[in-house]
Amino acid sequence: MNLKYSEEYQLFREEVRQFLKENWTAQDVADNPRVSEMAQGLGSSPRTDERATALRRAAAKRGYIYRHVPRKYGGGEQPPDPLKATIIAEEFKAAKAPGALMSQGPAMLVPTLLAHGTEEQKQKFLEKTLLGHIRWCQGYSEPGAGSDLASLRTTAVLEGDHWVVNGQKIWTSNAREADYMFALVRTEPDEPKHDGISYLLIDMRTPGIDVRPLRQMDGDAHFNEVFFDNVRVPRDSMIGERGRGWYVSRSTLKAERALIGNASMARRTFDGAVLLAQSTQVRGRPAIEDPVLRDRLADLESRLLAAEYNGFRLLTASARGDDGGLAGLVTKLHTSTLAYDVAKLAIDISSDAAMLAPGEPRAPFAGMLVQAYFMYYALAIGGGAPNIQRNVIGERGLGLPRDMRR
Amino acid sequence: MDFGLTEEQTLLQDTVRKYIQAECPASRVREIMESDDAYDPTLWRGLAELGVAGMTIPEEHGGVGLELLDLALVADVLGWACTPGPFLGNAMGTTALCASDPEAQKRWLPGVAAGDTVLTFALGEGVGEWDAAALTTRGADGTLTGEKSLVPFADAADVMLVAAVDDDGPGLWAVERGARGMEITALSGIDLSRPVSHVRFEGTNATKIASGRTATDRARDVGLVLLAADASGGSHRCLEMTRDYALTREQFGQIIGAFQGVKHQLANLACDLEPAVSLWWYAAHAFDHIRDRAERHAALAKSHLSDIYDTTVRYAIELHGGIGFTWEYDLHLWFRRSMFDRAFLGESSYHRKRAADLAGW
Repeated sequence: MNLKYSEEYQLFREEVRQFLKENWTAQDVADNPRVSEMAQGLGSSPRTDERATALRRAAAKRGYIYRHVPRKYGGGEQPPDPLKATIIAEEFKAAKAPGALMSQGPAMLVPTLLAHGTEEQKQKFLEKTLLGHIRWCQGYSEPGAGSDLASLRTTAVLEGDHWVVNGQKIWTSNAREADYMFALVRTEPDEPKHDGISYLLIDMRTPGIDVRPLRQMDGDAHFNEVFFDNVRVPRDSMIGERGRGWYVSRSTLKAERALIGNASMARRTFDGAVLLAQSTQVRGRPAIEDPVLRDRLADLESRLLAAEYNGFRLLTASARGDDGGLAGLVTKLHTSTLAYDVAKLAIDISSDAAMLAPGEPRAPFAGMLVQAYFMYYALAIGGGAPNIQRNVIGERGLGLPRDMRR
Repeated sequence: MDFGLTEEQTLLQDTVRKYIQAECPASRVREIMESDDAYDPTLWRGLAELGVAGMTIPEEHGGVGLELLDLALVADVLGWACTPGPFLGNAMGTTALCASDPEAQKRWLPGVAAGDTVLTFALGEGVGEWDAAALTTRGADGTLTGEKSLVPFADAADVMLVAAVDDDGPGLWAVERGARGMEITALSGIDLSRPVSHVRFEGTNATKIASGRTATDRARDVGLVLLAADASGGSHRCLEMTRDYALTREQFGQIIGAFQGVKHQLANLACDLEPAVSLWWYAAHAFDHIRDRAERHAALAKSHLSDIYDTTVRYAIELHGGIGFTWEYDLHLWFRRSMFDRAFLGESSYHRKRAADLAGW
């Protein structure tokens, strides 16, 4: 174990700082439509304009962002180094500079393309996805295929040079903004259910696609239903072989779990909760002085630190060619539960102001913490609901018998 | 940057585990804990030969010269195996000695490293008082007077390091075995693998070996990290035992591990436990390398891991059903050990309060 900011790392920090000074000016910061830290963490769109693109290109070239992606596809191509990654994140944050994109495309499709895509597909999609110029949505869940995803029924039938897609997807985040969807469709209806699925990239502007927003319990409409009516998709838009889509998608799902398993959102909410507790007067006293609250804060911080250091541990394991075993399998359940509990604490700190909706100016932090609270309900479900995670942990991690999978 | 164990550290754990599995399986744990003093000097000597007694003692004093993380990795294994012995008090005493007068170090450390001299540490007083500045045991003119409430392996110890106060404030004293005016009363404790005693000093001969509270605070932090590691190892063992039981016990025509109700409870335990391993790794590492974070992390690690141990033991026993509540079945050995880990050096909420204060909230 070695966590020292040795001279090498001090120099590295200087180097990143210098890079940002040269490539992200005060004017760039001022141009930034003021999006709060918290809002960014909760998925509001980061900048993808010309200046942001220029910065990302230069940062990737220096190896600061997209470190796991080869250079020829627009990545930084660097060995995993949690400490450097931390330094980069800290310096980008301090400079208010847009860093790596964390949306579905870069976080979920890119690893899948790298593992299973053809050279042509990689050339076509990777760099533009990393720069946010091609935006993606994920077409997995269907009304009848949620936790039992492999029972999906959206079909694709080969007619000449096109796959003709019919069916419906649901819970599709960002479907209205996305340029493309990566989707699972049934191409081999006579095969056993896991072996009849293919992984298809669908241009969202193709005729026959109908996107309808789905209003959530928080009143927002982040999700959508997507209907396909004889949508013609070029034959070469498949990733991996026909009928192998289920196995191709596993790398995407793993990436999604890792994305949601990242503790940074919980950290932002936690820091927000501490700030709130320090600045809120409840019944004439600072909330932070309440011993019960202090106990809960320290308890949650233990879990948060465990999640963060577990992230270090997994990065080190992956650098050694080890998947981390149980420590990796539990991250999604661990951090999504944690994030929910942290947001719940923030709600409690708000006292009766917790009744105010996001956006209400009289709500603490304009209701950003309440918004987080809502959002974490969705995060717990996305990428596999908690009980599905428990099955995975129990079966793959602890060696217990498999559940019904027909 | 690296947040993982070295090959040497993995080998260290394997070596200690093999030794313990051969020399002290659960059946032997029971024999030792049912003996008069619950102490097996041969076992301790064997561990000392593996370097356990002198792991963090500098090489110039005959030790191995390693760090707290290495020692905590041993604590993890000893917790896993529920190994009886003076490991914890010896480690705390070693830390205190290493922060004391060079004279005292020279006098005792080589014997400790060789396993010839066993240390223990006397800190707590009254109910729940573990703070060096709030102690009432007093030193004066080469003697100590006062009472210590929960001293582990006090009978087995050759030298007892005692945190006390004198006119200059907090300090540390050394009392040798059999010192006149020291009265050791064995207490009936819950953890049968680590007996505790009440110790009374009445003008007892004692050597003051350090001034200030640093030696005591550092010893306490070592204790906290080692308890966290012990709780981690014990939790893993309880989880393993319960998993194995769930894979063999049949009810309603199938093994109970196939029921989601059982599977999900086990998954929840693993989900809490596995990331928390990194917390005590970090706390141990911080003790030697990141001093300004060491105290807080030790407090958080101990409170968090001992809470997890408590939950793990609870569901382990519950999932076993009636058999888990019997004397014959081994689970209660770990249940008892978890009670020690929770309470010794102060309960979880006490350390969370300290952590909140230390954060400047």
